[in-house]
Amino acid sequence: MKYLHSRNRAILREMISTDFKIRYQGSVLGYVWSLLKPLLLFAILYIIFTYIVPVGKGIEHYPVILLLGVVLWGFFSEVTTIGAGSIVANGDLIRKISIPRYLVVLASSFSAFINLGLSLIVVFAFSLFNGLLPHISWLLLIPIIIELFAFSVGVAFILATANVKYRDVSYIWEVILQGGFYASAIIFPISLVPSDLRIWFFLNPVVQIIQDARYALVPVSGNVTIWQLAESKFLKLIPFAVIILICILGFTYFKRRSKYFAEDI
Amino acid sequence: MPDQKEVAIAVKHIHKDFVLPQHKHSSFKQLAVNMVRENNKTTQHVLDDVSFEVHKGDFFGIVGRNGSGKSTLLKLLAGVYVPTEGEIAVNGGITPFIELGVGFNPELSGRDNVYLNGALLGFGRKQMDKMYDEIVEFAELEPFMDQKLKNYSSGMQVRLAFSVAIRAKSDILLLDEVLAVGDAAFQQKCFNYFEELKREKQTVIFVTHDMGAVKRFCTRAIYVKNGKIIKEGAPTDIAELYAEENIDTKHNEREKELGLSGHFAVEAKITTKDKDGVKIKIKYESPGEDDMYVGLSITKDGVVIGDIVTPPSKPLRGNGEVSYALNFDALNPGVYQIAGVSLFKTINRELLAINKYQNEFLVKGTDETRGGALKMEDTWEYDKN
Repeated sequence: MKYLHSRNRAILREMISTDFKIRYQGSVLGYVWSLLKPLLLFAILYIIFTYIVPVGKGIEHYPVILLLGVVLWGFFSEVTTIGAGSIVANGDLIRKISIPRYLVVLASSFSAFINLGLSLIVVFAFSLFNGLLPHISWLLLIPIIIELFAFSVGVAFILATANVKYRDVSYIWEVILQGGFYASAIIFPISLVPSDLRIWFFLNPVVQIIQDARYALVPVSGNVTIWQLAESKFLKLIPFAVIILICILGFTYFKRRSKYFAEDI
Repeated sequence: MPDQKEVAIAVKHIHKDFVLPQHKHSSFKQLAVNMVRENNKTTQHVLDDVSFEVHKGDFFGIVGRNGSGKSTLLKLLAGVYVPTEGEIAVNGGITPFIELGVGFNPELSGRDNVYLNGALLGFGRKQMDKMYDEIVEFAELEPFMDQKLKNYSSGMQVRLAFSVAIRAKSDILLLDEVLAVGDAAFQQKCFNYFEELKREKQTVIFVTHDMGAVKRFCTRAIYVKNGKIIKEGAPTDIAELYAEENIDTKHNEREKELGLSGHFAVEAKITTKDKDGVKIKIKYESPGEDDMYVGLSITKDGVVIGDIVTPPSKPLRGNGEVSYALNFDALNPGVYQIAGVSLFKTINRELLAINKYQNEFLVKGTDETRGGALKMEDTWEYDKN
């Protein structure tokens, strides 16, 4: 079993490094795009929501909050989109070699994870530039990001499995992500949402994660988290329950179907 | 039985069905349509109650025509598919891949591909570092390793893939159709590798169309047809069965194949075939009254052994037929091919029409003292001491 373990690690490592070598091949800027992409999206959103529709007005460190939201959402979106198509995209591999299928999904998730690391460096630099000082609460970002990773991977497993039989899944998911972007309080602060509706937003684990991350980075009262909002302990646990449920569902569904991937693709 | 050989793989009553929806619902709309309509799925039985055992040290051949189910069988052995019914018991590790160069990425360099492919075959980076030079040397690709794979010729790609694949050390090796690749020199290397495997009593499962290789390397073989094993036994028997089966089907498939030019056409057909000889009927069509000649080539193992043209004293005109009868007396046992018929304007071969007609015939018999095509009049003389 130990052999199997190290073998899978080697495969994962090579797949991730392949992904990285190929991702920006033929582009002049290369990896810089990993940093540039969220920054450019951020710039557009910042201009729109500061000068045209001034939702960010009067909010402390709005640019930092916005950038962090864009980066975390971008990660979620990348893991789930690439993950959804990963089995189908690697059909050749699936049909010709019996490596554990989950490695294919994990490899795409980990390369997104490395990308996130690069983007977070930009976020930290930007925070300092914006006048924030490093704070012990920044360390909270580590468990928060692990939580986001777990949720994203769980969703990716469900989508990847379903996508083998129904290719519609990847197209529908694009639309859902588009909607989710607006439903996850990324461009507007959640304090703008009427207070009796806010708690519903937190049913979406991404909202809880992004709000927690914002609070960890910029600990001001504007960054409402579920911890301040929900009165009952039960409600506070909902995002975590959703994540655990999605992960269990994702892994079992994937495990049950993965035997047949080779013939279903 | 105490002296029975140790079993490496036991395949027990394997069935593999593929459910083919009449309308493959790969989208929700089609799914909905199919659910409303009565979904009439068809089940294809690709493998139907297949059982066999491979012993440790066997060089085990799996032979069969395209679509016979042998690839499915191999995928089941490799663990890519799971059987619908039945059980495969594998005693020891088995190579997990069924094709060379799995995971090769055209955008990566040769070097990166070696490491990637190696990882898929179960080697970590350190192990690959140790083997890397040998792999490159074996593939004869030293100057090209930093180039992207997409700039390799297909022969180079296969050489690289093969060189990595043979490093895979499992108790049981799966080899699929690797012989058809590379130039003669590289093929020789492959053969040497197979010889070595055989000498080392490595357990090998070998899927191929090359009956020469089956006879040369295999210790046992099975012939798969329509999802069933129709024969299990000695490689020579299996090879002969394969040759016979192939001739029948080729004959039917290739009967009609017209020539290239509209005005001139030539086609061929084997009319009689028995143990003593073969008769080929050649039909020609032409618009004018020019003199023409018909020719055909006979090959064995890719070597032309006969290039025959109708005699200059008897030119052909218009439309008609000629028959060519070949007596086997001068031929060694083996499979011979008719590789194309053609229509010429002059005996100097100004081509009017060509037909890439292909067919095979078998000269039966066993004479282990002779290879090649010609049964030559010769004798051995022994030193009397």
